[in-house]
Amino acid sequence: MTDTLSPAELPDFPMARAAGCPFDPPPQLRDLQQEGPLARVRIPESGGTAWLVTTYAEQRALLADRRVSSDVTRPGFPIPVPAGSGGGIGLSFILMDDPEHARLRRMVQAAFTVRRVESMRPAVQQIVDDMIDDLLAGPKPVDLVEAFALPVPSLVICELLGVPYTDHDFFQENSKTIIKRSVAPEERAAAGGRLAQYLDDLVGRKLTEPGDDLLSRVAERVKAGDLTRQEAAQMGVLLLIAGHETTANMIALGTLALLRHPAQLALLRETDDPKLVAGAVEELLRYLNITHNGRRRVALEDIEIAGRTIRAGEGIIMANDIGNRDPSVFPDNPDELDIRRDARRHVAFGFGVHQCLGQPLARMELQVAYSTLYRRVPTLSLATDLDRIPFKHDGAVYGVYELPVTW
Amino acid sequence: MKVRVDEDKCCGAGQCVLLAPDVFDQREDDGIVILLEVEPAEHLHASVREAAAVCPAAAIELSENA
Repeated sequence: MTDTLSPAELPDFPMARAAGCPFDPPPQLRDLQQEGPLARVRIPESGGTAWLVTTYAEQRALLADRRVSSDVTRPGFPIPVPAGSGGGIGLSFILMDDPEHARLRRMVQAAFTVRRVESMRPAVQQIVDDMIDDLLAGPKPVDLVEAFALPVPSLVICELLGVPYTDHDFFQENSKTIIKRSVAPEERAAAGGRLAQYLDDLVGRKLTEPGDDLLSRVAERVKAGDLTRQEAAQMGVLLLIAGHETTANMIALGTLALLRHPAQLALLRETDDPKLVAGAVEELLRYLNITHNGRRRVALEDIEIAGRTIRAGEGIIMANDIGNRDPSVFPDNPDELDIRRDARRHVAFGFGVHQCLGQPLARMELQVAYSTLYRRVPTLSLATDLDRIPFKHDGAVYGVYELPVTW
Repeated sequence: MKVRVDEDKCCGAGQCVLLAPDVFDQREDDGIVILLEVEPAEHLHASVREAAAVCPAAAIELSENA
């Protein structure tokens, strides 16, 4: 029971992973999960405290509860930096509640429907094939992050948004800064400012020279007076960052996980069953859960859950990485990677009205990337030792900074 | 089985369309759910139940005995 402890005595969140277990959530999270659904934790950067929710059912219930807010500006919101310190960057509708959230989200939702995303599959396949052609023609070993994992989703999101890919060094550098935990708040705010300015300029150009892309359609809504140019730019920043960082990390970390599980990799490489490929993507999303700092919220009212009361104004963190290892939902050893498992109910994309907007796109990109890369490069192997691989322990999104591979 | 969808709750995540494309679709202009089959055939029931279970916004309501 952590309820009666003073903040200084509470465990800090996030917690450290165990050495040598880069794919598993911190062991302390497993211990807390076994003690019960809720625990109190301290957020070291801000000195604040929050409820940590470790079990799947309670996480889903709270993420879907309208008495729980995503509004980052509310007092008590468990962000790693104190509100008002200049560290907060506007990441558009993910940090808002309805009706504002729904109003903005619905403006871009049409670009991510299952049908629209499926229509992009041949273009994504072409991008992946071209990248692999270049990879095979180039030197080895090579860093798979730079040579494949990052450029594939960057090219896709640039194409979709209408962002010139030639600017990729600029926006990749700035988004790296924004999602790194260890960055000073001023530095993060500066990077956010540069990206917002860039997107603002781009929206400006789309207003006068529209193309066949999502930002041009958003610019039309600006013209119609449905949203401001600043809101449009912030939305662009969100989609650009979310569109490439997450998928890039899933491609690289997923590849590493499969290289460490050769029997699973062989299954995936040898199949031509799209259902098995889709299932493998779900299992890797569940098993790796790269958004490892939890889904953060604040209670708007007193909420009774699991025999406890979360008071209005208290922060709540849903540790979805351990939620995805909850044995009551994923029986048969949830700590094992098994691509034939029915993993579809995972919470790697969150739950509730904020559930990831881009998930159909992410799924399709991962299906194409995994199934093509291992088939076309069947001897793909790690070109270094596992303990020399730099992991993104300090990132808002978990993954690897580099993945040296050969074939 | 009878299916009802609540368009106001729907957040357009598209889970239902991925799982049961014969029963659910999405509107072209805003991604909101469209119900194609109010009373889906029996072989679709399992996937419809799964779609309702994973719907992040609880926008799919099922009545099993109808």
